[in-house]
Amino acid sequence: MKLWNRLMCYCRRRSPWLFHMNSGSCNGCDIEIIASLTPRYDAEQLGVRLEGSPRHADILCVTGPVTHNAVEAIKTVYGQVYGPKAVIAIGSCPATTNVFIDSRTLAGPLNLHIPVDVFVPGCPPRPDAIILGVAKAAAILAARGNKPAGVASEPEVVGECAGNCTCCESNAKEVQA
Amino acid sequence: MNILITSLARLLIFPGLVFAVPAAWFFLWVERKAVARMQGRIGPPFMQPFYDFIKLVGKDTPQRTGAGGMLMKAWPLIAVSAAAGAVGLLPVLPASGGFQGDLILLLALLEVPSMCIIAAGFSSRSIFGEIGSAREAVLSVSYNVVFLLAIISIAASQHTFRLDTLAQLPASPLRWLGIVAILVCLPAKLHLNPFSLPNAEQEIYSGPMTEYAGPELAMWELSHGLEWVAATGLVATLIAPQLTLWWVAALVFVALSFFIVLLLSVVASATARLQIDTTVRFYWQCTLIFAVLAVASALFMRLRA
Repeated sequence: MKLWNRLMCYCRRRSPWLFHMNSGSCNGCDIEIIASLTPRYDAEQLGVRLEGSPRHADILCVTGPVTHNAVEAIKTVYGQVYGPKAVIAIGSCPATTNVFIDSRTLAGPLNLHIPVDVFVPGCPPRPDAIILGVAKAAAILAARGNKPAGVASEPEVVGECAGNCTCCESNAKEVQA
Repeated sequence: MNILITSLARLLIFPGLVFAVPAAWFFLWVERKAVARMQGRIGPPFMQPFYDFIKLVGKDTPQRTGAGGMLMKAWPLIAVSAAAGAVGLLPVLPASGGFQGDLILLLALLEVPSMCIIAAGFSSRSIFGEIGSAREAVLSVSYNVVFLLAIISIAASQHTFRLDTLAQLPASPLRWLGIVAILVCLPAKLHLNPFSLPNAEQEIYSGPMTEYAGPELAMWELSHGLEWVAATGLVATLIAPQLTLWWVAALVFVALSFFIVLLLSVVASATARLQIDTTVRFYWQCTLIFAVLAVASALFMRLRA
């Protein structure tokens, strides 16, 4: 049984299937997600597959600042992903709502609605940062195992924007205030 | 007793389950790797289909209730067992009694997974599943005519429906024509580009599989891999020269299947998806003529003989 669990953990880390969801993004981050699958970056080496159906996915990649229209859709799609699952917020928008902060059309940031495991800030983040985020999320997923989702561990922040990009930082401070 | 042991060994060990499941994963990997190499990428690691399978088995199982739910659970299992049975029927080794591969049973078993896919899409009651199933049904009506006519022409030209007898007879020119016709049908049977209509992921999400998750999806992946083994194995047994040493025969079988998988993957990565009406027209108008010609000449040759 212990051996089976270790094998399962190993396989979960090596086969992250993604479902990509746009919650009002400008398409910048969506293009970067596709770029991370193209020959230059080739995320398939880590076993990454972009799936068409949320039922098949392990990791939900959300882009965009979460408009009011998108809230229910995000919750539905999050429910449609079978556990164990993880959520990556790609770009500065789902992390802090970025330059759209205080807009009356937004209900963001994303972690008000679903538990987020990895933030990949950037406007847009580089494909290598996205791949690093996917690898981190897969490791979190494998460690989480069959424990219920939503028990939020401390979210990870990855990428070159993490911590030294002033626009996100000031926005984050405003959100917290 | 001896016959029973050999036939059990063929069904369970080679080319049956013990061989077929790793071969299915291997062929799935070869397909993904070949597509990746053709696109200038490095591609997934060797064990990737195995990792995917184990991970899917470990995911949460969807709650399904009622008759529809039970049916949804049953379809992938039926598909896997039919595909595994089809692989077990292939007369790879020189026959020594036991069950002699019957072509009609093999064709029926090869057809069961695609029937299951159609039924699964409709019983999932998702719009995308139903569109995918409808496409799969149309596709199966169009390629199966050519596929069956090709098989009939091979069988008629050599006076037998026994696959092991067919494999032992020397290949006639007519058989090569039939093999080419079967190869033209294989991309549609295996849902590859240019005929990847039922699971067209940019159009209808995952088609009939949209509502499947976890262990059920793992069974679908496995049945797809077993279909690969059975379909390429059928062509490989028809091409393979007759050999007496069993291990040479097994090696030649595996090598031939590998090259057919490679060929199909290269074609898949070099082409784009066709529309459904173009596909139907391709099979009914372009290839059907050749298939009918092949059957007619097979029957003509038989009358003369």
